[in-house]
Amino acid sequence: MPADGELPAEAVADVGARGFGVYVHVPFCASRCGYCDFNTYTAGEGVDPAGYADTVLTELALAGRVLGGSVPRVDTVFFGGGTPTLLPPGELGRILEGIDRTWGLAADAEVTTEANPESVTPASLAQLRRAGFTRISLGMQSTAAHVLRVLDRRHSPGRAAAAAAEARDAGFEHVNLDLIYGTPGETSADFSGSLTAALDAGVDHVSAYALIVEDGTRLAARMRRGELPYPDDDVAADRYLAADYALSGAGLDWYEVSNWAASEAGRCRHNLVYWTGGDWWGLGPGAHSHVGGVRWWNVKHPGTYAGRLAEGRSPGHGRELLTAQERQVEDVMLRLRLVDGLPLSTLDDAGREAAGRALADGLLDPERFDRGRAVLTLRGRLLADAVIRDLLP
Amino acid sequence: MPPTPNAGATAPERIRNFCIIAHIDHGKSTLADRMLQLTEVVDARQMRAQYLDRMDIERERGITIKSQAVRMPWRVREGGRVGEDSVLNMIDTPGHVDFTYEVSRSLAACEGAVLLVDAAQGIEAQTLANLYLALENDLTIIPVLNKIDLPAAQPDKYAEELAHLIGCQPEDCLRVSGKTGEGVSHLLDEIVRQIPAPVGDAQAPARAMIFDSVYDVYRGVVTYVRVIDGRIEARDRIKMMSTGAVHELLEIGVISPEPIKGQGLGVGEVGYLMTGVKDVRQSRVGDTVTINTRPATEALGGYKDPKPMVYSGLYPIDGSDYPDLRDALDKLKLNDAALSYEPETSAALGFGFRCGFLGLLHLEIIRERLEREFDLDLISTSPNVVYRVNLEDGGEVTVTNPSEYPSGKVAQVFEPIVRATVLTPNDYVGAVMELCQGRRGTLQGMDYLSADRVELRYTLPLAEIIFDFFDQLKSRTKGYASLDYEPSGEQQADLVKVDILLHGEPVDAFSAIVHKDKAYNYGVAIAAKLRSLIPRQQFEVPIQAAIGNRVIARETIRAIRKDVLAKCYGGDITRKRKLLEKQKEGKKRMKMVGRVEVPQEAFIAALSTSDGGADQRGTGKK
Repeated sequence: MPADGELPAEAVADVGARGFGVYVHVPFCASRCGYCDFNTYTAGEGVDPAGYADTVLTELALAGRVLGGSVPRVDTVFFGGGTPTLLPPGELGRILEGIDRTWGLAADAEVTTEANPESVTPASLAQLRRAGFTRISLGMQSTAAHVLRVLDRRHSPGRAAAAAAEARDAGFEHVNLDLIYGTPGETSADFSGSLTAALDAGVDHVSAYALIVEDGTRLAARMRRGELPYPDDDVAADRYLAADYALSGAGLDWYEVSNWAASEAGRCRHNLVYWTGGDWWGLGPGAHSHVGGVRWWNVKHPGTYAGRLAEGRSPGHGRELLTAQERQVEDVMLRLRLVDGLPLSTLDDAGREAAGRALADGLLDPERFDRGRAVLTLRGRLLADAVIRDLLP
Repeated sequence: MPPTPNAGATAPERIRNFCIIAHIDHGKSTLADRMLQLTEVVDARQMRAQYLDRMDIERERGITIKSQAVRMPWRVREGGRVGEDSVLNMIDTPGHVDFTYEVSRSLAACEGAVLLVDAAQGIEAQTLANLYLALENDLTIIPVLNKIDLPAAQPDKYAEELAHLIGCQPEDCLRVSGKTGEGVSHLLDEIVRQIPAPVGDAQAPARAMIFDSVYDVYRGVVTYVRVIDGRIEARDRIKMMSTGAVHELLEIGVISPEPIKGQGLGVGEVGYLMTGVKDVRQSRVGDTVTINTRPATEALGGYKDPKPMVYSGLYPIDGSDYPDLRDALDKLKLNDAALSYEPETSAALGFGFRCGFLGLLHLEIIRERLEREFDLDLISTSPNVVYRVNLEDGGEVTVTNPSEYPSGKVAQVFEPIVRATVLTPNDYVGAVMELCQGRRGTLQGMDYLSADRVELRYTLPLAEIIFDFFDQLKSRTKGYASLDYEPSGEQQADLVKVDILLHGEPVDAFSAIVHKDKAYNYGVAIAAKLRSLIPRQQFEVPIQAAIGNRVIARETIRAIRKDVLAKCYGGDITRKRKLLEKQKEGKKRMKMVGRVEVPQEAFIAALSTSDGGADQRGTGKK
């Protein structure tokens, strides 16, 4: 990773041809949840949100220099974390203004922030809306109190739906609720309750993720000690089917394995940039970026990150220049999870043969297959990784 | 130190050829070490523990695999014939049941044997078997109780037992401690006094018996012989009487305990020959050596071709190691006339070799040497014996691998049986009988060796012994029982081949030939084991055990329902791709049985737990 963050000319040449997004990582949380392995820090860890926006703006200036005038416009911005709403709305707004100044926000740009239900109020939501945010993504996870407790979530069972309603009242057209299923102790009734509550909140987007126990988390330690049972894949499969049934029944259709939206406009365009080979710059510690086949990632610790920028150096920690083969692997891996799937023509002979077997096994949609695309069926979505492995060279 | 009579020029009446018969941990090697020191052929500085056990594995397991012969000068120190100079040739014998033939050849090279018994444990089955072998060879037996320094020693009790066995008086049993050296000098004196000197015709054409044959990387094959008649000179060309092959003699000499080159070997002498041949198969144990210019007409009796009794498939865990495995077997073969192998392919395990062994320990030793000396990771299939199958059309098939078992049209099947001897404290007689009956054994006789020790004699199918019998025997007798067996022909038996089918496809590595009454248990056990080891697939996978077309046991691996990473990974596509690439790599290492992906680890786990070969690991000293 060069100290000035310079990119190969050929990577920059075509930037934004398949969309350009900006990700802003806000690595602060009020407390650390037991299952979380994201790059985030609490007040007790000596990391201070004050001044963070200015540090990010320094990286933005560097990004502006590296990409020069080649960015056509910014299609999407996504503030993720951590808990972005731990920063005052004015600070988030200042970063957004900086992005607009640097490259120019498209007129219809999607600007999302993640938020914890307990970290927003009608007033803060109104401020965010005024600052230019168009979409909000709330970590609901569950409406069962005992499930929220196992996940260490601080909000009360009804708070997420209330926050979603407040967001809509504040003028947010697009609101997402995140759900987690398969938490130890969660019953199928608990999960139905969460789905119903999410749908009753009137949101136009729901993400439902299986609980993944990551090494090194407190949750993993509790399971190793036998305090909690390990998640069961068959239960996760049942939950997924329940989610797809409830959500599609309410008019939210899947467009990615773990994501459902009420309309095409409700889909998260920022994530689609990730999944369809678009370019984006990730600002903040540990953030990942992709421009024209170059992937890089920043140093993880906020202190190191700020230090690098203060010295006028790139906070980039490592990068890889994707080979044609790796780009092909990523393309299959990401696109097959989408509702439009993958053109069969992008596969090699063995891959097409494997696609034929997946079709015969009921994992690919026959109608779409006839029209030259590999698109997962419901059962295929549950076995997506197996299908991807088979299709890859 | 007495003057060493010249090798090749020692009068027979001065020579005493003897071996030590002992159980594995009864202290043979330690006693041998003391003898080497007392006779001053090894000084204390050179002395390393268990000098004669050369190979690492031998030293670690505390067992002797290959015998050697050491020439020791000795001047009688006390009692009758005091001051008389003699030459003692100590011929070390292999100490395990698989090497009975080698033991018999070593015994045939001797006039006497020291029967060495641990004074705290008494005689063990294997020692008893070798003692009977020595008695059949008319050897003079000197009973010796070892480890008399141990607090738990009961020399009086075991002296009674030995006296009863060989028909002497309890006070005739010598008492020594290999550890402290007590009584060893007296034992050496007694060897001179009691064991007869060799007798042979010095004028007759030379005849020498090969009792060991060892391949050495630097010197080629070193052949150990005992001269019976005549004389072999350093300049002679020698002839192997079994094959008629003639070899130039490069070197002749004695071991004391390092090789000492000499001019020849005469009647009664023990020494080594080197001819430059590279394979012990050209110089086989039991064969008779004569000289080409004046050959003997009649070979010494007792020569047998080594015959594999137990077969197992050896496969490299990493398929690309196959050529290395072949090279390693080629090398081991140079030193092991009993090892046989031929290429074999298994759908489950890939390319490997079907190997024949003298028995289970032999299998274990070969496998361990391959892994240790040649750095190979191996999987061995369940060992099986050799079956003779008569077909309805009058044909006959020899089956060394279940996959060769003919389907249908079988008239009769014959399996090898053994005569087994079990020595056990009488408290466990019931437990041992129950075990042997469960293994289709027939009681042949029972004797009390002493008030509380019993000898049980059974006829058992060899196949039953190579499948965890030894382990069971030890666990049912709290480790007290000992076992010995020897081949005893064959019997007709009601045997069937059980196939294991995975999703309808037979898995060759798990086919087994078992007794009809045990087929069900075998099928159930393997099917259950595989079910727990094979990961779930995208479809339901039945595991069936079948005899021909008849399914006798069935298990099902349920279909996997979820195989998707349903987590928000954000922009970290790299991590996701690496994870996928790793999974893809793992998939490449899967073995395909039809459409079922089976990690090789599953085969290995399934085979290694049912691998009877592992059961005798515990027989050595640890």
